[in-house]
Amino acid sequence: MRTELVVAAALLVAVAGCKRERRTFRESPPASMASDVAVSDLHPGGGSPPERSINPYEQNAWALNEGKWLFSAYNCSGCHANGGGGMGPALIDDEWSYGHEADQIYRTILEGRPNGMPAWRGKIPDQQIWQLAAYVRSMSGLAPKDAAPSRSDHMSANPPENATPRLTPKNAGTPPAAVQ
Amino acid sequence: MFWVTAAVFVIVSAFVLAAVFQRRSAPAREEVLNVCVTLGVAATVVTLFVLLVASIWTGRAVASLGASSAVTINLTGRQWWWDAEYEDGTPSRRFHTANELHIPVGRPVVLKVTSVDVIHSFWVPNLHGKRDLIPGYTTAIWLQADTPGVYRGQCAEFCGLQHARMALYVTAESNDAFEQWRTNQIKEAVQPSTDDARRGRDVFLRATCTQCHTIRGTIAGAAMGPDLTHLATRGTIGAGTLPNTRGHLAGWVLDAQSAKPGNQMPPNAIPSGDMQVLLTYLEGLK
Repeated sequence: MRTELVVAAALLVAVAGCKRERRTFRESPPASMASDVAVSDLHPGGGSPPERSINPYEQNAWALNEGKWLFSAYNCSGCHANGGGGMGPALIDDEWSYGHEADQIYRTILEGRPNGMPAWRGKIPDQQIWQLAAYVRSMSGLAPKDAAPSRSDHMSANPPENATPRLTPKNAGTPPAAVQ
Repeated sequence: MFWVTAAVFVIVSAFVLAAVFQRRSAPAREEVLNVCVTLGVAATVVTLFVLLVASIWTGRAVASLGASSAVTINLTGRQWWWDAEYEDGTPSRRFHTANELHIPVGRPVVLKVTSVDVIHSFWVPNLHGKRDLIPGYTTAIWLQADTPGVYRGQCAEFCGLQHARMALYVTAESNDAFEQWRTNQIKEAVQPSTDDARRGRDVFLRATCTQCHTIRGTIAGAAMGPDLTHLATRGTIGAGTLPNTRGHLAGWVLDAQSAKPGNQMPPNAIPSGDMQVLLTYLEGLK
């Protein structure tokens, strides 16, 4: 009896600690763009590397799903082909040409990258870029499993994002298109 | 229809009550029972034959609706607005519009309804009963307006946060007025004639708008949001959420989330100078 009471009390305390995920419709971008996003680990002149901007959307199931929806709405698949890669590099693998951190991906979408990635500055609102960046990370299992999208509306060759094994990101070096 | 069903209800109720309150009498005689059964069978047979003839009659009426003169509209439900494509044998005469239909009075209209996200339901009570819009499946419905007027429709299947603000207006008008409307809708957007409107067009094409919207005649050709080619001919914005006035339009472009939280239109921080010319351009899209 005593054990049950203790368990019940512990559960009550745990429930009180639960917070429902809030959904806000008007929000400022999760992080204002730091001007110095490090693409590599090398820092000339020593000193500490610039701090990473955190993307809270990565913990948010709704934002990740929005990212997934935007990925098809804005025809990212036109080049990245559902993450498998085509004209653009694959996004479901562990290779990253310009960094796998949230702010690096944000920067990649915002400013574009050499050899094909267009700059979306002024075309995609800031929050949506952060949502897309969060989703792109979830494609190779870098977003939390309890928040990543669980099922596609249509048939898909890949397992859903929350069933994707977490890959260890590695630097891909020169983007494929630059190789002559 | 209401009074017919009311009369049937009253008659049936009267028989039930009579049966409940009548006392059980002595067993009926054989002749009485025979007469009752004969009458019952006769009434049923006659009713069935009347319905059979009526069904043939209805079938002939439906067949003679004149399918060749029908106006065909592909209506697609989205969260939370309606995309309407008017079909035509000539591809260049097809066009898209949103949230407002125009139909000719006295001519049959075929609606091919479907959805691209969740289940919606087409419901214009004055014209037709509810019909669900199922993703991945197209349903055809026939309707005909006999009286000119503007009929309000509404999504009738709960489809998410803004289900209540998913209205559809159907304008039934004379055939001439309809053809005039259609001829205008087929055209590409009006080229801006003033400097302000030209600057407004450039604001539109430079900003985020082109990611989702189409204005035929410009490079904007995305299909995620409503077609804006003839935006100024529509009476409302946001699927019946707000009247289509300059002020409401400005509010909608800046922050659609306050009028219709959860819809796909993101907030757009357009500076006021740019906003004024953008509104001038949008208001000119007759």
